[in-house]
Amino acid sequence: MAQIFHRSTNTVARVSIYGSLVALLALSFALYGLSASPYYTDVNQPKDQPVPFSHRHHAGELGIDCRYCHTSVEESSFAGVPPTQTCMTCHSQIWTNSAMLEPVRASYRSGRSLEWIRVNALPDFVYFNHSIHIHKGIGCTTCHGPIAEMPLTWKANTLQMSWCLGCHRAPEKFVRPRDQVFNPNYQPPADQAVLGAQLVKEYQIQSLTNCSTCHR
Amino acid sequence: MSASHTPPIIEPGYTFASVSDKISSIILGRRTPRWWWLGLAVSISILMVFNLAVTYLLARGVGIWGINIPVGWGFAIINFVWWIGIGHAGTLISAILLLLRQKWRTSINRFAEAMTIFAVACAGAFPLLHMGRPWLFYWLMPYPNTMGTWPQFRSPLVWDVFAVSTYATVSLMFWFVGMVPDLATLRDRAKNRLAQVVYGFLAMGWRGSAVHWHRYETASLLLAGLATPLVVSVHTVVSFDFAIGIEAGWHATIFPPYFVAGAIYSGFAMVMTLSIPLRKLYQLEDFITMRHLDNMAKVMLATGLIVAYGYMMETFMAFYSGDTYEKFMILNRMTGPYRNFYWTLILCNVLLPQVLWLRRVRSSVPMLFVMSLVVNTGMWLERFIIVVTSLHRDFLPSSWGMYYPTRWDWATYLGTLGLFFTLMFLFLRFLPVIAIAEMRGLVPAGSGGKKE
Repeated sequence: MAQIFHRSTNTVARVSIYGSLVALLALSFALYGLSASPYYTDVNQPKDQPVPFSHRHHAGELGIDCRYCHTSVEESSFAGVPPTQTCMTCHSQIWTNSAMLEPVRASYRSGRSLEWIRVNALPDFVYFNHSIHIHKGIGCTTCHGPIAEMPLTWKANTLQMSWCLGCHRAPEKFVRPRDQVFNPNYQPPADQAVLGAQLVKEYQIQSLTNCSTCHR
Repeated sequence: MSASHTPPIIEPGYTFASVSDKISSIILGRRTPRWWWLGLAVSISILMVFNLAVTYLLARGVGIWGINIPVGWGFAIINFVWWIGIGHAGTLISAILLLLRQKWRTSINRFAEAMTIFAVACAGAFPLLHMGRPWLFYWLMPYPNTMGTWPQFRSPLVWDVFAVSTYATVSLMFWFVGMVPDLATLRDRAKNRLAQVVYGFLAMGWRGSAVHWHRYETASLLLAGLATPLVVSVHTVVSFDFAIGIEAGWHATIFPPYFVAGAIYSGFAMVMTLSIPLRKLYQLEDFITMRHLDNMAKVMLATGLIVAYGYMMETFMAFYSGDTYEKFMILNRMTGPYRNFYWTLILCNVLLPQVLWLRRVRSSVPMLFVMSLVVNTGMWLERFIIVVTSLHRDFLPSSWGMYYPTRWDWATYLGTLGLFFTLMFLFLRFLPVIAIAEMRGLVPAGSGGKKE
């Protein structure tokens, strides 16, 4: 009786059995790598905006307080995106002929808002409140990164649940004194472990990790 | 019972060659019988109903089912438990009876294992569909994820995931490994090229050398050793889905043994339901003899009695505990709005199967077939009663309600029967329905044997 399979089939079989194991491992690593990459998470990817607004210039070099524009951050869940009028408080006086700022002036004339491209967005099934984090001593840069060094704004953290939980499980590693919350150049002290534990106690910070804390 | 009256496990007059001929000719030899086409057509039509029901479910969500508060677990869980229970007979036959050297298992183990795998496939569909968003099923697996959380390991539903996926994997391996020598037989006997290549591929280069047989025997025993605890553990974990919940009618220590016995009970009933038409249609009465049917009937009788003891103890404990809710639950089962289901269940699972004590019944094929259907029905009703009556009137009378399955519930349930029988018909046509190599082992010594 003639052979059904060629001799080489033995090799092919062995290679495909072990090869598929290797391929499966490689695939899981590739998927893991992809899910952690900026391609998927959008971290460190500066976004083009209708006007190339620079936080480095305004918050870093000029030292304008975060709350000058993000007015509702201390009272509300939403920090607030400033209306065109806020821009015009200065730009009606300076750089009034700048071509770069023409969209701002156009918006002011027409009353139609600038359509900023959102950089940090949480899904709708997550409840997040800025004010409580501010009041418990979580600084702007803890989540938003080195904002004073961003010419165009980018997302500094993944905003994934594991990242949220990293702080919710160990707030003492991230908390800072309340008077430093809006300091974009704040660096945690060497004794953060001591200071953090003390602030957690003083500000009565709870480690809230119930599902319903955020998924209400 | 004297030995002379015991029917043999294989009729006399067979040789190695004639056993191989008879079983492999089902696949290779004769023309595909007309009843097979008819059966497959009917099964596939029902499978299409399943596809329709699932498609509509994915489009609209689980609201199309009759589930709601207070009965959040309706048909999905009833059918899951029913199917997974049916699978247990296959594992019992292939693993425990192999280790116990019960030779009569030989001719029924292959299709009982197939039944297990197909039943697990049907069972697995229900929790997946009940999730509402089945495409996120992988959230049930512990893997490093962006949520920074693990599944809730304290929940028996998570234990279920491991129990059932282990069960499916081991059953599939056991089935396939056991089939390799037979696939080689088919490869060697096949005339057309396609069949040779396909069976040859599946036979994985089996040459029947002494080394191959040695490894085959070792692998079978190892897999049997792995599968044996599963017979007990899988349905124990399934019973924990209920027993861990603090709900009258669920929170009982008797649940694990009572569920395992019920699983084997319904599983043997299903093996009987399948084997009776099978032996008739393929003229396999010489291989699946009256001895097999008699033994299966006895297993059903024994496990049925354990199940009956379970019902009795549930009732007894309700009153003995003095717990108001337990007492109310049992009275509600017996006299509440679902009382007809309860008493039909008692009739099907406890009263009618007592006829199996009579040898006259055990040697009557039609009677056994009817009894197997009765037990299948009874075991389905048992799960209905456990799930629905405990939930529909629990601690808070203001939230009492009724559970009515919708047409989509029925379409999904009947649809899985379509899935099951489609797979079964394909199996009958393309794979050896009886283990050829093992049957050859029964030939020399006839009804007894010195070799496995």
